[in-house]
Amino acid sequence: MRAQTGALIAQALRKSFGATEVVSGVNLAVATGECFGLLGPNGAGKTTTLKLCLGLTEPDGGEIHLLGEPVPRRAREARRRVGVVPQFDNLDPDFTVAENLIVYGRYFGLRSAQIAARVPGLLDFAGLAGRERSKINTLSGGMKRRLTLARALVNDPQLVFMDEPTTGLDPQARHLIWERLRRLTQEGKTLVLTTHFMEEAERLCDRLAIMDHGRIIAEGSPRALIAEHIEPHVVEVHGPGFEAWMDVARSLCPRVERAGDTVFCYVDETGPLLANLKGHRELSYLHRQASLEDVFLKLTGRDLRD
Amino acid sequence: MSLRWIAVWRRNWLVWRRLAIPSILGNLADPLIMLFGLGYGLGAMIGELEGTTYFAFLAGGFVATSTMYAATFESLFSAFSRMHVQRTWEGIVNAPMTLDDVLAGECAWAATKALAAGACMLVIVAAFGYAEPRFAVAALPVIVLVGLAFAALGLAVNALANGYDFFSYYMTLFLTPMMMLSGVFFPIEQMPDAVQVGAKILPLYHGVAVVRPLLSGELAPRLWLHLGVLGAYAAGGFYLATILTRRRLLR
Repeated sequence: MRAQTGALIAQALRKSFGATEVVSGVNLAVATGECFGLLGPNGAGKTTTLKLCLGLTEPDGGEIHLLGEPVPRRAREARRRVGVVPQFDNLDPDFTVAENLIVYGRYFGLRSAQIAARVPGLLDFAGLAGRERSKINTLSGGMKRRLTLARALVNDPQLVFMDEPTTGLDPQARHLIWERLRRLTQEGKTLVLTTHFMEEAERLCDRLAIMDHGRIIAEGSPRALIAEHIEPHVVEVHGPGFEAWMDVARSLCPRVERAGDTVFCYVDETGPLLANLKGHRELSYLHRQASLEDVFLKLTGRDLRD
Repeated sequence: MSLRWIAVWRRNWLVWRRLAIPSILGNLADPLIMLFGLGYGLGAMIGELEGTTYFAFLAGGFVATSTMYAATFESLFSAFSRMHVQRTWEGIVNAPMTLDDVLAGECAWAATKALAAGACMLVIVAAFGYAEPRFAVAALPVIVLVGLAFAALGLAVNALANGYDFFSYYMTLFLTPMMMLSGVFFPIEQMPDAVQVGAKILPLYHGVAVVRPLLSGELAPRLWLHLGVLGAYAAGGFYLATILTRRRLLR
């Protein structure tokens, strides 16, 4: 069946906790070798969707096929060929770097000698060569994250799930992770990641889905989503008298939004707007290209999610 | 039941084997002080009890009790830190392991530590001449069963815990009274009939009832009943632990 040939297929997924439906009819189709991003504000249902796909929680409705295996019925068989980088660091603090990989490999039924043979390559990949005997609490946040990624690869998986792989990392560490993830896709591995860093999604993902309130509200390549949902230019304006100026803005721009003391003007053509702003010296402005973040904010709103 | 749980057992073993000696000494200090203090001190006043010295009487009870505490500590505090604080279990179930595999590994592991504690007590009791070595060896399988029963109960309690403080309720409201009622310090025939009936429902009583005669080379009357009750606690406790832990983690 065609529907079962993708790396990950989910159809009409539903999951409720108590009276709240956290996942309300999600469809996903991730092709083999693709980097797929699941974006959404906190509480959108991303992590629950991942858990459903891994067979760690039972769906109330819908069907899942992970690497051709029906989930949750054959989730164990599917997970044999899957790696997971969880949202929260759960490296084993009682072990060294190398022991973390060896102990984790045993959960896949690998023999110690088999895993030991893979450890140098994994540490190389993680940029941790020479640190095999280090204790976990001596590693930086970026090193821990890379080790978690290496641990997810201990079984040489075909597909890797990553739940917010770079949250809490500094830019250097983040860029290094991105570079490694690109290397994985070049090796033909399928990646499914959740994130709320738009820059991450824009750089890494071939395709992404934006999720909110348990539903997928938009799907496509980063470029296509920007083209489809938003004007190509954004001008951010602030300064004294901006409220009075907003009426002018509305006459010049197809879409104007206010967030606090800043006005966001979305336009196809910047000429008239910028010319007008030159006459308002009291207003400061920033002109930039529209990004995925603008799409995200348009679709999910600017309200805080806690 | 698959054997995948062994990977979980081996994980815990790898951590523990470096700390084994101080850990065993730490676990044994308390019961040994009690055993020697009460056994020699009170024993001098009491003389003989049920045909043996009071020290020998206490020894059987303390072997079972140390086993119970070792299994309990491991399945409460240590398991809680792996489940909740370190999120180790969450990491394991991302691999092709189920929560039942994890719990089986943890249960077997806690029983292993209980066996280590119980066996050390047996060595000391035998070294002081209160049990023949071959009878002490015969008690080992019973120790394992006691360990499994309390490991399983501990894991069920662990699944309900919201923090380490929660465990003090279980210990002070369940384990400590049970120790008083289970014939560890004195024969339960001292107590009113109603209390005796209550005591006989509790698992520790059955552990003591088997271990104590075994150390003097006798099989307990109704041996299979006692072992059956311990086995039922192990099986029932484990089943409960799987239900409660699944409810806690897999939602």
